[in-house]
Amino acid sequence: MKYTVVVNGERRTVDVPERMPLLWVLRDAMGLKGTKFGCGMAQCGACTVLLDGQPTRSCTTPISSIGTRPVTTIESLPRDGSHPLQRAWMELDVPQCGYCQAGQLMAASALLKATPNPTDAQIDTAMSGNVCRCGTYLRIREAIKAAASGGRRG
Amino acid sequence: MAETLNPRLDRRAFLQVSAVAGGGLLIGLYAPDVLAQGRGGGPGSAASLAPNTYITINTDNTFTIIAKNPETGQGIKTALPMIIADEFDVDWAQVKIQQADLDPKYGGQIEGGSRAIPSNYQNMRLVGAGGRLLMLAAAAQQWNVPQSELTTAGGVVTHAATKRTATYGSLSARAASLPVPETAAIEAALKNPRDFKIMGKRIRGVDNLDIVTGRPIFSIDVSFPNMLHAVLVKCDVFGGKAVSANLDEIKKLPGIKHAFIVEPAGQGNNSLVSGVAIVADSWWLANDARSSLKVTWDEGAVAAQTSERYLAQARELAAKAPAAPPPAPAPAPAPGGGRGGGPPSAVIGDVEAAFRTAAKTIEAEYFFPLLSHAPLEPQNSTAHFHDGRLEIWSPSQIPSKQHPALGAGIPPENVTFHLVRAGGGFGRRLVSEYDIEVARIAKVVTEERAAAGLPSVPVKLLWSREDDMAHDQYRPTGYHFFKAGLDAGGKLIAYRDFVASTNSVVPANEFPRGFVENVLITSQNVAPFDIPIGALRAPPTNGVSFVKQGFIDEVAIAAGKDPLQYRLDLLNNPVGAGAAGGFNPARARGVLEAVREMSAWDRRGSLPKGTGKGVAFQFAHAGYVAYVVEVSVDAKKAIKVNRVWSAVDIGRQIVNPSQSENLVHGGFIEGMSHLMSWAITIEKGRVVQKNFHQYQPTRMMHAPASIEVRFLQTDFDPTGLGEPSLPPAVPAITNAIFAATGVRIRSLPLENQGYRWT
Repeated sequence: MKYTVVVNGERRTVDVPERMPLLWVLRDAMGLKGTKFGCGMAQCGACTVLLDGQPTRSCTTPISSIGTRPVTTIESLPRDGSHPLQRAWMELDVPQCGYCQAGQLMAASALLKATPNPTDAQIDTAMSGNVCRCGTYLRIREAIKAAASGGRRG
Repeated sequence: MAETLNPRLDRRAFLQVSAVAGGGLLIGLYAPDVLAQGRGGGPGSAASLAPNTYITINTDNTFTIIAKNPETGQGIKTALPMIIADEFDVDWAQVKIQQADLDPKYGGQIEGGSRAIPSNYQNMRLVGAGGRLLMLAAAAQQWNVPQSELTTAGGVVTHAATKRTATYGSLSARAASLPVPETAAIEAALKNPRDFKIMGKRIRGVDNLDIVTGRPIFSIDVSFPNMLHAVLVKCDVFGGKAVSANLDEIKKLPGIKHAFIVEPAGQGNNSLVSGVAIVADSWWLANDARSSLKVTWDEGAVAAQTSERYLAQARELAAKAPAAPPPAPAPAPAPGGGRGGGPPSAVIGDVEAAFRTAAKTIEAEYFFPLLSHAPLEPQNSTAHFHDGRLEIWSPSQIPSKQHPALGAGIPPENVTFHLVRAGGGFGRRLVSEYDIEVARIAKVVTEERAAAGLPSVPVKLLWSREDDMAHDQYRPTGYHFFKAGLDAGGKLIAYRDFVASTNSVVPANEFPRGFVENVLITSQNVAPFDIPIGALRAPPTNGVSFVKQGFIDEVAIAAGKDPLQYRLDLLNNPVGAGAAGGFNPARARGVLEAVREMSAWDRRGSLPKGTGKGVAFQFAHAGYVAYVVEVSVDAKKAIKVNRVWSAVDIGRQIVNPSQSENLVHGGFIEGMSHLMSWAITIEKGRVVQKNFHQYQPTRMMHAPASIEVRFLQTDFDPTGLGEPSLPPAVPAITNAIFAATGVRIRSLPLENQGYRWT
């Protein structure tokens, strides 16, 4: 089946089976490898992208369900790492293995868009679908708060 | 033990220098002692004589430094080049880092046992210091001044008296013609640690920008034009074999290019097990075809084994445990990198006699389950087989050309091996059966394509999460049966631990051995037990710390003593020869005293009802870590870890405090997963848990508000921290739960006992 979807502001047409999850369309059909495979059943959040601005597990989202809703992936963030969240992530040296961080950043970007100055409890609630097996949660919390306050100053 | 923890430069090691076209300079190190530990090149072999090249001086005065070891998230790709750059005396901003391929010239390239820092610290320093000496010699010759009048900083040599400066880049051509500094001169030129400019600073991970921009740097991201994707469907029962499958039907499915039975090869964990390979245009198509796959399996004998049976047998063994160990049992093997090799039993004094005189005895049964590693990136590897050769891109922690060579049936020298960043290791990737699998699959694909007149293509093998959980090498389960005897003053006079072992290392050297008059530690194997076992982060103490530090806490409470002070009192009073296995009680006391102070331990009596503090310490992989944890537990058994204090002694030099602190956070958070939710259980010879919904990792909402970390920089050689931070996390929490509730936790995980996180 042919599908045309808007990914990171660009219209992309792919010919894939209708049940193929968005994750594999992004990774294998479009060559966007930043979104990661972790569990295949929406348990770990490594595959988190934004679908119409909402954090969504792309591993369980069939391509046929996307329709006209725009898809935003980690590759939409500035290549030079200048987004406040990217800056905070690097400044606070958040990553260990780094595999979950694309999903964490997408979840965090949706959180800050909806809640520019989140409390710890709001951060925990918004981010608890995203597993970090290495355990970088304390620095992720700090980085989200740093990005939020940096955004205020800006 | 002391020798292995204090690697010294082999006198035969020496610097190697060569010019490169265009005016640069390469600086490397021949190090026969290191090479002898590597695979593929013994001392004196052709491979061991190949120079490695750690520093390339570029003409623009930037420096390319090789990161020799596999990176799985422990920060070694940043840490080892930091050591070279500091001694070379260049600015970190001038450094570019290049990941090494697998090559015997670099010596051991292993991520395991927290050994990367202790094994490489001295040699990396020598590479940098030797390079710096060369730059000084070149400048001295150029300006005709004594070398002693010259200084370096930021990749520049300065002669202060005449105000002349020269960049390393401008000196490199002259340096290439100079004699190489003698090893003794390099050793004498090593910096005083006070003068380190990069080590000890919070240096951020070198791949951070790639990570936050989603660049394809992980093994799963390796991609080539026309690459095919594979799954390998293995029997759920360990040791089961594929007899036949509906391969013709599978090959007719959309996008499926190949389907074939993989025959087993080799033995042990690094072997090829039987299965059905499905190869397709995309991974999802290959994986989706599994729903149409029908395999006739020969499940084999393991299908009769269950976790319940292992536990029942452990209790039978304990009930019949002899009062003394059987004569000279063979020592259990230490899983990769583990601190094993100690005696499998300990017989000191006469515990039975001491129990008869004891004023009080305490008995307890402790249990910890099998665990899967569950790195977030499932196992994968990419290989291209062509013309009798194989090129492979692998996330292995212990890369070896032997593995793909076994899979492809070719000599190891026909393998080119690229190290690729891994999405977590935790010991899982110490075993590399996926490299064997992908090599076999890539070879068959190339052969089938050749028969159809098609050129060879690379193949990526990717396991599903379910594959990963069903086919791990699991942390062994542990069954410990304790008895302790106290005298009238509460002093521990007899300590017995019977271990019903599942090929696990029996911790015969563990504290409190060495501090008690009468000790008996014995073991017997649960059998049959045919579940593949392997090393999980910090073997064997990742489970043993929970039981040992939990039981000693019970003993302290039974003695009516402060559990932290009770440990200190024991550590202050060695018995006979005292500690075994390289354990230094002064360093253990150091971390305990530090957490006592940091956590205001002595004021814990003022905590509200339902809130308590617990303590534990562990000596693991040459490092010492103590935790104090404050938890609150409500009437419905909901637990909140409020705050955590950690004291760490990994020697005199913390190479990178930022990543070291990260590893403490990570060790603690992983311990919370072990504590609450993680257990692998076996039914009918197969793993019950399929995915994260049945194997819940710690999530952000469970994480404590703070984990305070203090590094005690003691005058011992530096060591690694990937492992020591995990083991005492678990008992510190269970001991805190006791302090909060009076309920002693003797079995993991807590989820099975009605507990949950708030």
